[in-house]
Amino acid sequence: MAIDIVVPALGESITEGTIAAWLKNPGDAVGVDEPLVELETDKATVEICAPKAGVLSEIRAAAGQDVEVGAVIGRIDDVAGGAVTRSAEKTAAADAPAASVSDTTPPTVPGPTRSVGSGEAEPPAPSTDEVEIPRALDPAKVARSGPGGKVTLEDLLAFVGLAPTDASRSGPAARKLLADHGIDPGEIPATGRDGRLTQADVRDFLAGPASDSTGVAVSKNSVPAADGSRERRVRMTRMRRTIAARLKEAQNTAAILTTFNEVDMGAIRELRSRHRDAFERKHGVKLGFTSFFVKACVAALKEIPAVNAEIDGNEILYKDYYDIGVAVSTPNGLVVPVIRDCDAKTPAAIERSLLELAARARDGSLSAEEMLGGTFSITNGGVFGSLLSTPILNPPQSAILGLHKIEDRPIARDGAVVIRPMMYLALSYDHRIVDGREAVTFLVKVKEGLEDPEQLPMNLEAS
Amino acid sequence: MSEPTYDLVVIGAGPGGYVAAIRAAQLGMKVACVDKRAASGGTCLNVGCIPSKALLHSSERYAEAKERLFEHGIRFSELELDLGAMMQRKEKVVSDLTRGVDFLLKKNKVDRLVGMASITAPGTVAVSMHDGTTNSLTSRNILIATGSDHTALAGVEIDEKRIVSSTGALSLERVPEKLIVIGAGVIGLELGSVWSRLGAEVTVVEYLDHILPGMDAEISRHALRIFKRQGLVFRLSQNVTSAIAGGRGVRLNVEPAAGGPGDELAADVVLVSIGRRPCCDGLGLDALGVTRDERGFIEVDARFETRVPGIYAIGDCIPGPMLAHKAEDDGSICAEILAGQTGQIDYDRVPGVVYTWPEIASVGKTEEALKEQGVSYRVGKFPFSANSRGRATGDTDGFVKILADAATDRVLGVHILGPLAGDLISEAVIAMEFGASAEDIARCCHAHPSMGEAMREAALAVSERAIHI
Repeated sequence: MAIDIVVPALGESITEGTIAAWLKNPGDAVGVDEPLVELETDKATVEICAPKAGVLSEIRAAAGQDVEVGAVIGRIDDVAGGAVTRSAEKTAAADAPAASVSDTTPPTVPGPTRSVGSGEAEPPAPSTDEVEIPRALDPAKVARSGPGGKVTLEDLLAFVGLAPTDASRSGPAARKLLADHGIDPGEIPATGRDGRLTQADVRDFLAGPASDSTGVAVSKNSVPAADGSRERRVRMTRMRRTIAARLKEAQNTAAILTTFNEVDMGAIRELRSRHRDAFERKHGVKLGFTSFFVKACVAALKEIPAVNAEIDGNEILYKDYYDIGVAVSTPNGLVVPVIRDCDAKTPAAIERSLLELAARARDGSLSAEEMLGGTFSITNGGVFGSLLSTPILNPPQSAILGLHKIEDRPIARDGAVVIRPMMYLALSYDHRIVDGREAVTFLVKVKEGLEDPEQLPMNLEAS
Repeated sequence: MSEPTYDLVVIGAGPGGYVAAIRAAQLGMKVACVDKRAASGGTCLNVGCIPSKALLHSSERYAEAKERLFEHGIRFSELELDLGAMMQRKEKVVSDLTRGVDFLLKKNKVDRLVGMASITAPGTVAVSMHDGTTNSLTSRNILIATGSDHTALAGVEIDEKRIVSSTGALSLERVPEKLIVIGAGVIGLELGSVWSRLGAEVTVVEYLDHILPGMDAEISRHALRIFKRQGLVFRLSQNVTSAIAGGRGVRLNVEPAAGGPGDELAADVVLVSIGRRPCCDGLGLDALGVTRDERGFIEVDARFETRVPGIYAIGDCIPGPMLAHKAEDDGSICAEILAGQTGQIDYDRVPGVVYTWPEIASVGKTEEALKEQGVSYRVGKFPFSANSRGRATGDTDGFVKILADAATDRVLGVHILGPLAGDLISEAVIAMEFGASAEDIARCCHAHPSMGEAMREAALAVSERAIHI
């Protein structure tokens, strides 16, 4: 049984590449995941790896030739015609290109649960690990409905004639299991009728590579533990993987530096307690600290525009609007919903937006749009007791303010030691576009705004 | 601050509260359950679902003996109604079941307290015990499951003797000659049926121009015809303006809902059954900041948490269908959420049942709702008169009606008027939870002869291929 070597989706806005060099010659034996060919694109040179072990039987695109995403550039034949295990194949599919290009999926991945026959009475084999890949399929014809023309799992399932997973038809037990573990049902091919996930489908998926009947992304070095009971292997949710990728992207891209300051929270505490009841009666939301921090940041951002800017290619994009992301911890990880137009919003509107976004973040109903487009972010490690930390940027933003716990500390005031409710502030910033002077000034402005909240545009008397 | 005594204090031992308490205990929490009634089970067990179903069954047996057993060749010379014995049987059913709930609570090590609860602060519940002492409980979480009470009608004062709520109507000392039921909802029709079967002349006065508001209109129309045939008299589109209880009975003033000259009706007993309202007075909610909507229902998020962290609410006192089984589901899901799990309930898949005979049961969308939402659908119907089991037992009234999406065949609503509809509907609920198509139901084998075959045939009828009609 042979398999095509196909140019994988290469990321956003990349539709073609150039064959730089073949690393194997026709007739060479290749192991799974072994690099076969180097491909140059606008953004990077990537290696395409063997999706399975076998013999490189054919090269269809020579070095120097331009090839489009989805094109078949070669072919691998089985050594002895033995059946191929699907998990190995999918490993290659999921892992090999990821080594060089983020988030790619070559389209030759076979159907995961049933053999796809010629329409003759071929018994379905929902639980077998071995899948026949029909020769007749042309991988170039896989639909690409994902962002940037990527192939989604749904596309593949449709390609091999399976209904896409439909969680809404999957029964309450399977749905609860999905929700309990925060799994995106779209990641699990369904064995049930009409795309229904059975509870067993989800359990198998959770059980991980050992009994992974879906074959999605088996760890390359998945060596069975000597004592399996002492470690657990839990698959990362899609959200966790996105978080991981974005954080690493931030560290790889920006020149992150952190500056610190501290703020006396006494004035805000006093102001808040003075207005809290009237505010809540009038607006139906509690007057939290967040609106003060947001307003202090907006005031400082207006003075130091670079902190509210981002790098776009060779240009700096300054933004005259203030969409502030506020990090919210959820059972599945941290998300940063964005409160729009914070300069124009009243404190009550900010508190209401936050309440609503945070509630939806926790029940997982935030849309992607609601987390995109922020110009600056605030994260509060203080709610978990953090005294001091260096937050990491939320790209493409250029700065993030870290709040911490308020702690009574002795400090010097007018020559005397007094005990004040103090909080450390940390501003991490991208030194590529924010100078140290700007970062420090920004943080001092925030500090001053918080220590003299009467000067912030809070309008509490009017409200 | 010392550790709270409990992980969860549940206020209310009705079907929502006791189920939440047991589920929470199963999940390892230390739980107390407080109710003002000594007998557990709430309205449902004590003065609601259970006693009414006991009386519905007893009265149905009586009516069957009187009117239908002869069809089976069973004749007898004298038939006598012993209302006292019927009521005693009802009481025993209730007390057995309430004791059963107490046993279950004890088995799961839930502390059961009898007294009036109020939430004095988040995490603290004060229980005024019936001996005059106050017991203060501290808890990580508090669950309000205080249920509902009957809605009052202006101008009609309930004395539970001549003018009664459902509670009084379950314990009348003799069969009234004339009973007027205000409100043609579930409770009114069920209790109206009970006393009609036992010999009362029953008139049902309803403000709307149809019975069973919210029910599929076709079902409602057919049910009305059947109830009329059973002897119930209906005065639809009538507004009750006053009821005066005198020495001889009750005089009721009604006038057309559209306006016009009024009318006076006389009855021995008047049952007010115009609906129920959430019952959470005395808990101290306003002072805590637990908000309620304009109809008095406690506002909660998808996790059943009120606006005050650590205070949760379920069942009849939050929005959603006011049904015991809905409260039970709320309760166990809420307990699981408190244990760190996830859970959600789709109220569109909570079945509703009217235990008249024939029974009426429904789940999902009505035909009217689909029309209003512009969903294109197909209808499959099958009458019990063409069902062999129905013919054998003589229960041929009614039909099964399945509404399925025209494009996907997915079942959107199932409405049953017929024998054992309340049990048959479970199949429809499961089908809808699995997003089944009508064909899925049709392709599942149904035993013969059974009432369930009508469900299958109705599913086949969606694609116009019912076999037995």
